[in-house]
Amino acid sequence: MKGLLDQQFENGGVIITKVDDLLNWSRLSSLFPMTFGLACCAIEFMSTGSTVYDMDRFGMVPRATPRQSDVMIVSGTVTFKMADRIKQLYEQMSEPRYVISMGSCSNCGGPYWQHGYHVVKGVDRIIPVDVYVPGCPPRPEALIGGILKLHEKIRNETRVKPTAIEQLLEKESHVG
Amino acid sequence: MKNQQYIYKEDNLIDSEPNKFKTGELKSEEMIINLGPQHPSTHGVLRLEVLSDGEIIKDVVPHIGYLHRCFEKHAESLPYNQVIPFVDRMDYVAAMNSEHAYAMGVERMLGIADQIPKRVEYIRVLMAEINRIASHLIAVGTYGLDLGAFTPFFWIMRDREHILRLLEWASGARMLYNYIWIGGLFYDLPVGFEQRCREFITFFKPKVGELEKLLINNKIFIDRTANVGVLPLNLAINSGVTGPMLRGSGLRFDLRRVDGYSVYPELEFEVPIGEGKMGKVGDCWDRTWVRVKEIYESLRIMDQCLNKLEGEHKRTREFDPQAIVPKKIRPKAQEFYVRAENPKGELGFYFRADGKSDIPFRCKARACSFVNLSILPEISRGVLIADLIAILGSIDIVLGEVDR
Amino acid sequence: MSDRKAELLSLIRQVTSEEVIEIPNSTPFGVVVKQEALLSLCDQLHKNPASYFDMLSCITGVDNGPESGTMEVIYHLYSIPFNNSLALKVLLPRENPEVESVVSIWKSANWLEREIYDMFGIGFKNHPDLRRILMPADWKGYPLRKDYKHEEYYRGVKIEY
Repeated sequence: MKGLLDQQFENGGVIITKVDDLLNWSRLSSLFPMTFGLACCAIEFMSTGSTVYDMDRFGMVPRATPRQSDVMIVSGTVTFKMADRIKQLYEQMSEPRYVISMGSCSNCGGPYWQHGYHVVKGVDRIIPVDVYVPGCPPRPEALIGGILKLHEKIRNETRVKPTAIEQLLEKESHVG
Repeated sequence: MKNQQYIYKEDNLIDSEPNKFKTGELKSEEMIINLGPQHPSTHGVLRLEVLSDGEIIKDVVPHIGYLHRCFEKHAESLPYNQVIPFVDRMDYVAAMNSEHAYAMGVERMLGIADQIPKRVEYIRVLMAEINRIASHLIAVGTYGLDLGAFTPFFWIMRDREHILRLLEWASGARMLYNYIWIGGLFYDLPVGFEQRCREFITFFKPKVGELEKLLINNKIFIDRTANVGVLPLNLAINSGVTGPMLRGSGLRFDLRRVDGYSVYPELEFEVPIGEGKMGKVGDCWDRTWVRVKEIYESLRIMDQCLNKLEGEHKRTREFDPQAIVPKKIRPKAQEFYVRAENPKGELGFYFRADGKSDIPFRCKARACSFVNLSILPEISRGVLIADLIAILGSIDIVLGEVDR
Repeated sequence: MSDRKAELLSLIRQVTSEEVIEIPNSTPFGVVVKQEALLSLCDQLHKNPASYFDMLSCITGVDNGPESGTMEVIYHLYSIPFNNSLALKVLLPRENPEVESVVSIWKSANWLEREIYDMFGIGFKNHPDLRRILMPADWKGYPLRKDYKHEEYYRGVKIEY
């Protein structure tokens, strides 16, 4: 009786694929999120990580330090005092890094858009965002939907086009 | 989408929040340690600047404001009933209690507080107690997580999901409800809610016993929290500390009994206080133990409310929870201070109405976590850094309330 | 309740030498205090065994707007043994408002007064550590004043929506 993985392949356990597909599959299967809970959405993020809506089955284990994490889930309101720190944390993450903006406060300022003098109207004014998850707070299922959307985005990445160098050139032209 | 506008300068971090201690002025054995705003155990974005001699702490300076969301400015620009979602988001784990306090205050200002139907009052108290259980569960669960115990955290999140499902069934949202309105409620309870609530109570009582055995009476937990962070009673009263922190120091002071607001005078429950079972009175273990005992008392209150809601104040076809909700909320010119017992302490609202408009002239929120956090430097002199985490967890702060 | 009110009023009249004005339409009942008399009155209320106000619940700052030209600081005191609440109001001019700090009597005033300084710009004399608490240290302006207009940009990021 052959093992589960062996039963998939008739050719004696040999798979032929593209390097792109292999790298993308390995990256999306173990995205380590950084524990970056700011406000109410952080509680829903904690619920997503707990036993009922498990995040561990996607391979996502929260890491406390940005140096070892792949994805930063910005959950909660971004304020101007916190903006400097968010930029510093984002710069400390190593490539390939992704950002999920969770909740309406980090998407666009949320309920505080009108009179909030200390609220940044959207975290994309500070760091580039890959996936936006709407809701106030988004349900854990919505967050998992956002994570699956990020998986789709990662699946379409390719090493043929030099995306890293493109992004670097974009960044230089923006800062300078 | 390229929308990034942030401009980086070298001194940005120091300019926006400078440290109190400068490195040039320290003695040679002291060092400044920064438990930064992003840390798994600071319960949100709190920054602690620790001046320590090796592992022993000489001074702690909390830096807050990383989540300041301008609640009071919003309250000065929106009508009274539109402020309720913002009140929710201050203490986001106990939103029903905050809404209850706010709605009670505005109703008393308008003078309609004694016209609220009894069924509405009982539903409000039921929701507040359910949310009190949820808040204390988060307090105890994340406290265990800070000290390194992962299992109680998962057990608590699993049980809290039942509570969130109940609240979602009644109000439509899992965490931030906008359910208790000025003059009534948004919806009535759904049919079958009372029975599900009773099933929850019978299911949950043994679970609290399991939690006590696993975490509260655990030898490692006792070693880490007994005799740590002792808060003497006179310091607690002088610093304005309220809630389980004050009760953990030995004073039987609960606003539900002292003020007797809503229908609490008709309900039977006890107020647990810290007795120094495992160490001195007023240490971290006492405060956590008071919270667990309060969960039992909340279950008792829920049971009595359900009896009333199924008996005397049964649902009828003509009952409309929005019957007394006023169309225009225009209180007479007055100043008013209302306070209520939140799970974390005394939540107070100060209103100034000018009698001419339906927008408050001034609405200040006296947040319990803000005042409770201010004693952290006093009780953590001379402890180890690991004890500082234990003390911070036992204060049970929610940064949304500290910063408003 | 009204006899307690009368007792408190007579106690306050003993301590301050001037006329005692009640705050109109206030719950809990309160009095207007002159700025110079504040510290001694608070000291008496804290120590006197007839009133013994041992807890300072809340300090609020109110800006009455540029036309009226005044700002107010309102103290809410609570006595646990007697279950009494009292409000004290201090009126301040809008230019350079300053008032004595009550930190020496109640420790809870420390952070509450810092917050009022941050939001309104009211200075507190003899406060041990008066600096901004909620806003960044290099923020310009006092946000909760009625005539506050925020800047256009902070760190290059647009503040408005």
